[in-house]
Amino acid sequence: MYSIKMHLRLLKTLSLVVVLSQFLMTANAHSNEKFTANECFEGVSRGIHKFNMGLDNALFKPIAKGYRSLPVPIRVGTSNAVENLRLLLTFSNNVLQGNWDRAGNTAGRFAINSTVGILGFLDPAAKMGFEKKSREDFGQTLAIWGSGSGCYFVLPVLGPTTTRDAVGLVGNTFLDPVYQITHNTEVLDRSYSEHNYYYYKGTDAVDFRSKNIESIDSLKNNSIDFYASVKSLYLQNRIQKIENEEVSNKAQDDSDWEEIDSQ
Amino acid sequence: MKRSFILLFGSVLTWFFLQVSSNAYSNDPEKFIGEIVAEAKLILNSDVTKDEKAKKLSEIALKTVDIKGIGYYTLGSKRKEISEEELRKYEQLFEKYFLKSFTSRLTDYSDPKIAVLSSEKVSEKYTIVKTMLLKTSKKPEVKIDWRVYTKNPEKPLIRDLIVEGLKLARTQKEEFASILDSNDNDINALFSKLEEFINQ
Repeated sequence: MYSIKMHLRLLKTLSLVVVLSQFLMTANAHSNEKFTANECFEGVSRGIHKFNMGLDNALFKPIAKGYRSLPVPIRVGTSNAVENLRLLLTFSNNVLQGNWDRAGNTAGRFAINSTVGILGFLDPAAKMGFEKKSREDFGQTLAIWGSGSGCYFVLPVLGPTTTRDAVGLVGNTFLDPVYQITHNTEVLDRSYSEHNYYYYKGTDAVDFRSKNIESIDSLKNNSIDFYASVKSLYLQNRIQKIENEEVSNKAQDDSDWEEIDSQ
Repeated sequence: MKRSFILLFGSVLTWFFLQVSSNAYSNDPEKFIGEIVAEAKLILNSDVTKDEKAKKLSEIALKTVDIKGIGYYTLGSKRKEISEEELRKYEQLFEKYFLKSFTSRLTDYSDPKIAVLSSEKVSEKYTIVKTMLLKTSKKPEVKIDWRVYTKNPEKPLIRDLIVEGLKLARTQKEEFASILDSNDNDINALFSKLEEFINQ
C-alpha cells in the first residue's frame, strides 16, 4: 500500500506542477501558438540537438537496427506490451482532461489486452471495438486546461520540448502508475526495481526509433536546417495530439495557402 | 514511296500518342493521384540506376506538382521584400532544390505499396486525396494525404503532402524562415544553403 509519506510527496509535487502550470497559463494564454513557439535559448538548444544526434548515431540507431533484426512477432508483441503499459498514463490524463469516452476506451483496451491479450502482447481489444487512440500525457492535459506552450528548447537525450511539455514530463512521473509501482517497493508488498521502469521506457524508445530509421535518415538528408525541421514537426505533432484531431481533418485546413492563391 | 510515307506517318502518330498519353493525367483528383502513384511505382521497381529513376521522377514532378506555388509559400512574406531578379533566382534554385529533395526521398523506397483510399473536396481550390503507405515488416503503415490544387479543374496540381498529419510544406517553410532569421533576413544566405544542397 502507499505510505503516508508517499502521499505527501505526491501531493507536494502535484502542487508544484499546478503552480507551474498556472504560471504558464497566465504567461501564454493569449499567445498565438497555433503553429510555432519562440525559442528559449536557441544557441544552447542547437548544441544539445547536435549532441543528441551524435548520441543517436553512436547508440540509439545501432540498437534500433539490432532490434529490427528480431523476428516480426517478437517486435510486434513487444511493441504491443509497451503500448499496453503506456495506456495507464493515458488513462490518468483522459480522466484529468474530463474525456470520459476516451477514458472508457483506454480502460477497456487495458483490461482486455492485459488478460485476453496475454499481458498486452496481443491486441484483441482493437477487434472488439476498442480502437487504438493517440497517447495522452500531462503536457497535453496542461494544454487542455488552458496553458500555452511556453518556449521551445531541446533536452539532452530526451529531445525537443516546450516549457509546458517539460513540466508535463515531471507530472507524468507522478501520474504514471508504472512509475509509481516501480519506484515504491512497498506496493502490494512486492518488490519492484526502479530499473524496470527504465527498461520499459528504453524499450519504448527503441521501438519508436526502429520504426523510423528510414524516415529520420531521409529527413536529415533532405533538410537544409535539420534543427528547424525537427522543431516544426515536433510542434505540429503536439498540436495534433492536443486537439485529438483526426489526420484527415488536420489536412483540410487550407488557411495557410490563401495568400498564395491570391497571387 | 507510299509505304515509306505510311511508315513515317505511323511512327509520327505513335510518337504523338505516346507523348500525349505520357503527359495526360486525369482531372479527377483521386484518379490523378492514383495515376501518379502507379507511374512512380513502375519507375521505382524498374531495373535502372538511381540517377535514371531520379530523372524520370523529376519529369513526373514537373508535370504534376505546383513547384512554383510551393516555392512562394515556402518563402513566405519574404518574397514581397526581394527584387524581381532575386525572385527569379529563388524560383530557379527552389525548383532544383525541390526536385532533388523530392526524388531523393522517393528513391529511398523500393516497391512502395500505396493504396488510394478516398478523396474529399474541401474547397473550390483544394481536394484532399487520402492514401495509405501500407506497412511492411520493417515499417508501420503511414497515412499520406495529398493536397491537390484544383483551381484549374482541368489541370490539378499537387501542393503538399501531409504525412500522419504533419505538413511537409509547412516544415519546409519553417526551415527557410529559420535560415533567414539566423542570417539577418539575408536572402543570399538562403541562396547559399540551397546551392549547397543542390551541389552536394
